[in-house]
Amino acid sequence: MEKEKSSAFETHMLVVSVSPHIKQPVTVEKIMWTVVACLIPPLILSVFIFGPRVLIITLISVISCVLTEAISQKALGRPVTIRDGSAVITGLLLAYVIPPGVPYYLPILGAVMAIFVTKQLFGGLGANIFNPALIGRAFLMATFPVAMTSAWITPKYIQFKADALSSATPLFIIKHYGIKALIQTYGSLSYIYKNFFVGIRPGCIGETSAFLLLLGGLYLIYKGYIKWYIPVSMIGTIALLTWIFGGEHLFEGNPLVAILSGGVMLGAFFMATDYATSPNWKTGQLIYGAGIGLITVLIRLKGGYPEGVCYAILLMNGFTPALDSWFKPKRFAPPKGVKK
Amino acid sequence: MEKELRTFKKGGIHPPERKEYTEHLAIEDMPLPKEVDILLSQHFGAWCKPLVKKKDRVEEGDIIGDVEKGLGACVHASVTGAVKDIGSSPHPLLVSVPSITIERDQEAERKEYKKEDWHNLSREELLSRVKKAGIVGMGGAGFPTHVKLSPPPEAKVDTLIINGAECEPYLTVDHRLMVEHAPEIVEGIKIILTILGIKRGYVGIEVNKPDAIEEMSKAVKENSEGFDIGVVPLKVKYPQGSEKQLIEAVTGRKVPAFGLPFDVGVIVQNIGTTRAIYEAVIFNKPVVEKVVTISGKGIKRQANLRVRIGTKLKDIVEYLGGTTPDLKKVVVGGPMMGFAISTLDFPITKITSGVLFLTEDEIDLYEYKPCIRCGFCLEACPMGLQPNEIGIYVEAGRAEETAQFGVFECFECGCCAYVCPSKRPLVQFIRIGKMKAKRA
Ligand code: SF4
Ligand code: SF4
Repeated sequence: MEKEKSSAFETHMLVVSVSPHIKQPVTVEKIMWTVVACLIPPLILSVFIFGPRVLIITLISVISCVLTEAISQKALGRPVTIRDGSAVITGLLLAYVIPPGVPYYLPILGAVMAIFVTKQLFGGLGANIFNPALIGRAFLMATFPVAMTSAWITPKYIQFKADALSSATPLFIIKHYGIKALIQTYGSLSYIYKNFFVGIRPGCIGETSAFLLLLGGLYLIYKGYIKWYIPVSMIGTIALLTWIFGGEHLFEGNPLVAILSGGVMLGAFFMATDYATSPNWKTGQLIYGAGIGLITVLIRLKGGYPEGVCYAILLMNGFTPALDSWFKPKRFAPPKGVKK
Repeated sequence: MEKELRTFKKGGIHPPERKEYTEHLAIEDMPLPKEVDILLSQHFGAWCKPLVKKKDRVEEGDIIGDVEKGLGACVHASVTGAVKDIGSSPHPLLVSVPSITIERDQEAERKEYKKEDWHNLSREELLSRVKKAGIVGMGGAGFPTHVKLSPPPEAKVDTLIINGAECEPYLTVDHRLMVEHAPEIVEGIKIILTILGIKRGYVGIEVNKPDAIEEMSKAVKENSEGFDIGVVPLKVKYPQGSEKQLIEAVTGRKVPAFGLPFDVGVIVQNIGTTRAIYEAVIFNKPVVEKVVTISGKGIKRQANLRVRIGTKLKDIVEYLGGTTPDLKKVVVGGPMMGFAISTLDFPITKITSGVLFLTEDEIDLYEYKPCIRCGFCLEACPMGLQPNEIGIYVEAGRAEETAQFGVFECFECGCCAYVCPSKRPLVQFIRIGKMKAKRA
């Protein structure tokens, strides 16, 4: 008894550190692996509709990202932090934004660009300015434009009314043939809504299922890991602007098809909300999301590409430092005369 | 039907309360210790000069140290005995401070104090009793109470708020005082209101203490004639007990940065302080004892103990049956704002509200990582500051530039560090910033 009583003091085992002494049981690892878990269901669906090669591409992407992270951290003399799950997320997201039919070596190149150049050379987790997975994709778009814009696969479990465009992405059809052609291809608008919502449509590996992405995103919001500001303002802006300007006449666009196609859901919940590259205060986040929406619609309607989410997010990444310095939390009753 | 409960608006967190260890335990008198160590710097303010010499005999309640000039409060002998030594004692903040050690006479017991009626006393007399009793704010920094109760005449104080929020996890001192001594606290409130020359007082209590709300409401109903005293139930949220947040929660008024409560017409007093004022005025009893919560899984028995000022922690530990083998950290104060200590020679001071013996599963031992820019800390900060930037600047060796992020408005509540998933020692960074930056 006597001995036990003071043992901790005698052996100097007591920890003395700064307050607070209790912290909420949320760690970077926990957040990252939760995001990984939320990204798995869309992949499973993708394997069913596009076949096992999407799983192989995703695995190659993830493994390349993790390896690149480990090697570049070693080379740069930093602690190796591949256990934190952030490279796994980048690997998943990189695979999710490339077409299912690309050659297997493509994600390897994208991974080096994403992790080594975009993330580690800029200082590692939290210090990068641009979203690594999206830079990876932009790099592949520039270097392998044909594969990246044509390696689509026709999904299983869906009946097309007209087969000519069955493997083209919905946004490609809308851009070049108009929404009527899209309805013709799929038979009816309601059939489009249903299948796009579930995720049975041509597209990039992980972007097709609005439902599963929404589910994952809502879970992250429920856990408090991400806030609703960015997804809501981004999706809202896309819907609104498409409705106004996306049709033949003003106010005739179809907002629902716009947000159910392309990378809107994936981008809104899993890419635009990336901590490092998005503003960290709500006012800035609302503007940032709206900016992404605006640029996305601009590219879709006026630009050369059918889809603009990727570039829109990257462009707004560049505005993040400015948004953060313009929109800060309001102080609790600042002293008079001091502008803060 | 229920109106939404009042609370402060910006930021705040919900740490686990962990009050169940002690909230139902009645306050217990610890037997008088053989020896006490009275620190000459108990709190905020000037240090006291000893008024006794080695071997002098002192009686419980004798003033043994006083401030010569400047802000401060006197200290008293908390037991009857002989001055054994005038040396130094460990202190969580100041490392070590001068102290007077008194060896208690073996047969000396607690002194009896006579009850008096206070209603004929003038404001000046009341105030001088508070001063003579050496009362300081018992919840936090220990600001001398007689000074706080004499606001400058240009400050138009119209409201007294008694802080019964006790928002720090584990601590149950104020809770128990309210449950067990409600009538005395209400009498204390009336005394304070009389000193201030005002009528209106509120007691803010978080709703996780329903029995305290009930007892206090009852006492107020029975004994507040001539005054306008109300009990205000508050939503549970940390740091509700911080003055600025409490004032906002109760009155909606906001104390400006670098301002004091009386700038918005409010004076805040802690529950323990209010009771001490009652004892000082009605019994002429100085601050010779203090109720402290001893809690955490690292001690054999948890308790709400009434101990003499200067009682050493090791005597308390022995009285409660010792610590457990898995004890990892000892914290003086609450887990959010308290200080970790490395020795049990530490004596209880007037502002000690609790001592926590924490095991590994109760504390956080993660190593910290770089900021991932999640923004959680911005959301949590009740002052609307940017702790993330302060941390990054301090790490980059640019601590001088942190005033722009509000480093001087920070009161170190720890909300930011509590939520940070990278476990960054933000409060530490902030303290460095405060040392190096220049006030704007
Ligand atoms: S410790 Fe300071 S910066 Fe951190 S939350 Fe509290 S007031 Fe804000
Ligand atoms: S909570 Fe921590 S990791 Fe997140 S922004 Fe604040 S300091 Fe950075």
